[in-house]
Amino acid sequence: MTRIVLDDPLMLDANAVAGELQEMMGVEVTTFLARCAHCGNRGELGTLRAWTHGPGVVLRCVICSEVVIRWVRRPDGARLDLRGAAFLQPR
Amino acid sequence: MVEPLRWQIGTVTAIQPQTPRVSSFTLALPDWRPHRPGQHYDVRLTAADGYQAQRSYSIASAADRAGEVELGVERIADGEVSPYFHEVLVEGDQVELRGPIGGYFVWEPGMGGPLLLVGGGSGVVPLMAMLRARRAAADPTPAALLYSSRQIDDVIYREELQRLASEPNGPAVFHTLTREQPSGWDGFARRIDGPMLTEVLDRLGGIGSGPSAYICGPTLLVENAAAALTDLGLAPALIRTERFGPTT
Repeated sequence: MTRIVLDDPLMLDANAVAGELQEMMGVEVTTFLARCAHCGNRGELGTLRAWTHGPGVVLRCVICSEVVIRWVRRPDGARLDLRGAAFLQPR
Repeated sequence: MVEPLRWQIGTVTAIQPQTPRVSSFTLALPDWRPHRPGQHYDVRLTAADGYQAQRSYSIASAADRAGEVELGVERIADGEVSPYFHEVLVEGDQVELRGPIGGYFVWEPGMGGPLLLVGGGSGVVPLMAMLRARRAAADPTPAALLYSSRQIDDVIYREELQRLASEPNGPAVFHTLTREQPSGWDGFARRIDGPMLTEVLDRLGGIGSGPSAYICGPTLLVENAAAALTDLGLAPALIRTERFGPTT
């Protein structure tokens, strides 16, 4: 079984930014199924690892650690980049 | 029709110190919504110059307290928000917040189990909401809590946990004190590890019972506990985590 240890004390779970996600998407999405476009891993969006201390927020895959979702806040609104997600499935 | 999540102004109605570093803040909300155990609220402070600091705080209260919510807030010495709660806020003050938020780190009566709760420090707060909801609903799901603190004075909800554990159908409650133990201490006295989790799991019928695990606390504690459970054979899909970030 593959398991990488992302050994970073600043790392959080995507659940920690559920409020921002809900603000951008309009609904609660941490229970959505998310498929990583890089390695194909599927899991609840809330399992993604979150880095929130930069100018934007980055959510990474728990298996391959590639970026699945990221966004930046700008004066004219948030820009959400979902290219690392093959799909999001409401549940 | 889904109501959008909006910032609202809550009023502090009670402040109850739990430990030297953690207090419970009860806030009355004009737009209160029932929450699910494990959810949190975002709190936002705005300085005179417009600078904003935002943090998330777990809900401790069971969902039956309409109109108000109890948040557990640990004082982080160099924090931007928690020192304001602990040093400035008094009853009657107002705070901007939004919630309840999150569906991933949620357990509520009817979701089944067995329920394995692992908490470190103030990470016990959302787990307490789950135990309170379980009790309120007289939910029969077997439950166990493993709770890591530095020392006995840092244990939040100590008496309530003792009371819960002594009730019929109450959860099994295990404490570990990692830094200092009082004389005669009969709980664990080390960081959470595999053998400790095995002992706790024995109360739930072992790893083979397929427990739903909820782990909340400082990032490294969560990481270690989740890895230990995976090594014991628990499927990663049964492990839910909520990392608080670094400890101070």
